[in-house]
Amino acid sequence: MLGKLTLAAVPYQNPIIFGAIAFMVLVALAVVGTITVLGKWKYLWTEWLTSVDHKKIGAMYLILAGVMLLRGFADAVMMRAQQALAYGPHAGYLPPEHFDQVFSAHGTIMIFFMAMPFMIGLMNCVLPLQIGARDVAFPFLNSLSLWLTVVGAMLVNLSLAVGNFARTGWLAYPPLSELHFSPGVGVDYYIWALQISGIGTTLTGVNFIATILRMRAPGMTLMRMPVFTWTALCTNILIVAAFPVLTVSLALLTLDRYLGMHFFTNSLGGDPMMYINLIWIWGHPEVYILILPAFGIFSEIIATFSGKRLFGYTSMVLATMAIALLSFLVWLHHFFTMGSGADVNAFFGITTMVIAVPTGVKIFNWLFTMYRGRVRFDSPVLWTIGFMITFVIGGMSGVLMAVPPADFVLHNSLFLVAHFHNVIIGGVVFGAMAGLTYWFPKVFGFRLNETLGKAAFWCWLVGFYVAFMPLYVLGLMGATRRMDHYDNPAWQPLFVVAAIGAAIIFCGIMLQLAQVVVSIAQRERARDPTGDPWGGRTLEWATSSPPPAYNFARIPVVRDRDAFWDMKQRGVDLKAAVYRPIHMPRNTATGFVMAVFIGLAGFAMIWHIWWLAIGGFAAAMVALVRHAFDDDRDYYVAAEEVRRTEILRGRAQLRSV
Amino acid sequence: MAIGDTTAHGGALALEPGYADNAADALRDLRPAGETIDFELEQHHDAASTAQLGFWIYLMSDCLLFAGLFATYSVLHTRTAGGPTPHGLFDLPYVLTETVFLLVSSFTCGLAMLAMGRRSRGATLAWLAVTFVLGLAFVGMEVHEFAHMVADGAGPDRSAFLSSFFTLVATHGLHVTCGLIWMAIMMALVVKKGFTPSTVSRLSCLSLFWHFLDIIWVGVFSLVYLFGVS
Repeated sequence: MLGKLTLAAVPYQNPIIFGAIAFMVLVALAVVGTITVLGKWKYLWTEWLTSVDHKKIGAMYLILAGVMLLRGFADAVMMRAQQALAYGPHAGYLPPEHFDQVFSAHGTIMIFFMAMPFMIGLMNCVLPLQIGARDVAFPFLNSLSLWLTVVGAMLVNLSLAVGNFARTGWLAYPPLSELHFSPGVGVDYYIWALQISGIGTTLTGVNFIATILRMRAPGMTLMRMPVFTWTALCTNILIVAAFPVLTVSLALLTLDRYLGMHFFTNSLGGDPMMYINLIWIWGHPEVYILILPAFGIFSEIIATFSGKRLFGYTSMVLATMAIALLSFLVWLHHFFTMGSGADVNAFFGITTMVIAVPTGVKIFNWLFTMYRGRVRFDSPVLWTIGFMITFVIGGMSGVLMAVPPADFVLHNSLFLVAHFHNVIIGGVVFGAMAGLTYWFPKVFGFRLNETLGKAAFWCWLVGFYVAFMPLYVLGLMGATRRMDHYDNPAWQPLFVVAAIGAAIIFCGIMLQLAQVVVSIAQRERARDPTGDPWGGRTLEWATSSPPPAYNFARIPVVRDRDAFWDMKQRGVDLKAAVYRPIHMPRNTATGFVMAVFIGLAGFAMIWHIWWLAIGGFAAAMVALVRHAFDDDRDYYVAAEEVRRTEILRGRAQLRSV
Repeated sequence: MAIGDTTAHGGALALEPGYADNAADALRDLRPAGETIDFELEQHHDAASTAQLGFWIYLMSDCLLFAGLFATYSVLHTRTAGGPTPHGLFDLPYVLTETVFLLVSSFTCGLAMLAMGRRSRGATLAWLAVTFVLGLAFVGMEVHEFAHMVADGAGPDRSAFLSSFFTLVATHGLHVTCGLIWMAIMMALVVKKGFTPSTVSRLSCLSLFWHFLDIIWVGVFSLVYLFGVS
């Protein structure tokens, strides 16, 4: 009846895990209680959970990313603490099988459920506004994508309380991840969480490509698009091109585990190395899927706060496309040690090094944008400058490892761990924080507290260096990654330093939480009545903050690259002269309902509860078909209502024309 | 309140620089004289042309999914682990019959689209029904072939070659099955609602999907079956 699921799956005898479960349950109860006391369930359902408004969907992605950042960071702190303690005779406090789950969950969560939702959330919040559109191309799909991602994240979290998580690292290499070596449900949690959220991500890719190609405001040619839109376009092309390969890799592993097939087994012709090839054919584009939008964010910020046009727009666009293309030609550098031979390794080594060229072009473009500009050092700019310095260091250690002989020494060492945290924290996380600070007033209507924001930045920056520079050294000293224990006492001081670095980052995260709370409390003081708090250059600043559901009462006409800057220069009146009805998509519960049923089916697959798996999947399909038969999907916002909304937002035409 | 009567234009709006109040205004400014396109209409959600573009993008991603499976099959097809090989396993005339069913179904699907173009509900439904039956025959034959192989001890768990064979061919078969379900739903929609813009748009996407599966099958037939027995 319940497959493999028994009461023994709940690890109530382990105090650490039980404490975490108790904490999660308490937080969940607190949230549910607060909503009930405030009587906000209906509001939550009608205004958020069923919403197809890209700004609200974006905000929900950001909330997911924030929550999962806390979860993933808790894992990081546990690892740092364990490694600071567990040397020589000391065993530390985490048993190996728990430590292995912690580092697997950390990687999986940070990439799939923190970085991805953060970037997709920012795209959702900003992209349609930047191109002067009223929504995305497929609003219902957008809602479905969000909820599939949320469901995937929930499955990962559920593994903490019911069963366990994979002990295989964040990419679940076979043969370790095969049934023979990982008989529990851990790998299955991994597979289904990623498969479900991955489908959501693919749909997002389809949606945003269509949005960017078809819904730009009149006059916005491709080469007039804001750079963030450009990087988002390249990112989404990468998503559509790369995620199917992830789907295949995970599906084949699933077939091995569930139907006894032999894709990646050690017996009957299976080939584990093929999985490693396939997963990195997805995996390397994936890191560019994360970093390209960050590059776009930095480009927008640096131009805005330097008060200048972006230097080298065309080269920026070309560099973005070059990086997107090259990202598919480098996957083998993740396993030079596999032994493909000198020719193959040399090819992939060279393509990897070539990526430094377009990336260097970008760095110089940002520097030249600042050159002779009047740079305002608000916190988005601090994140950007912190990024430029940190990312260059991380990029150089990457080029170093692109040399195959060097990689043979550094492979799977902490040097590698230091490298990718160097580029992912220094690039993606700093970009996400910069973008959040920059666009927060647009989405929510008030600015984040600047003092706390700057303090958080400094904690993150200093904490990053203190946490990860020792790992470079440790890697050169021979320390490999993913060790729950080591014998060399000479490493321990450096691990302690790294743990201190994690503590400093922890202060940064706490300051950011305080920043959100304080900013909400003092929101009246930080209101953005103009819609253009930073002296922006692109169209998202042309509407009010927060924008109305329909974004623009009238669609702007674009005549220049920095469309809004151009309008301000020419003194274009931002207010509509006459109001027309606006066609908008209706909210729908289908995305949410489908995702819940698919999540149920995923859970059932993990625990081999076949009837529930079939039922959950069938119910999701019924919801989809019902949606297909429903014609009542859109409506017109009446002209009079548009007028009233615009008046409320201080956007109405005050004079009679 | 000093809010002016903003609707007092009587519709006679000149284009102000910087903003388009509607499509005609905006595009008059941007496109050659005489060409009028309703921009507001273009901005409609799920508008047919955007849906088609989105569906094309999805098909490309699906194509890459099959590319992964084809690559896997290419790597593993010699890993028979002492078990059955393609030579002894494939019955080419049987598969050719299957193939003909699917190819003809693509043709009848095209005829259904032509009938839809004429807005002839009866003919559309009839051709869709023929397509459905042909597709069903294809799936039925494939399931029969699989059952036969499994019964002969050549199941997907026998060797890496058979794992990759079953996965590639069954993924295609699963796609066709989804196409059949979709087709049944579309026939119900056409019966119930006729040719609304949304049914027309979805039928076009379905037809794209069906032809796409046809092309994939040509790849499967060539790479797996023809190369397998040659």
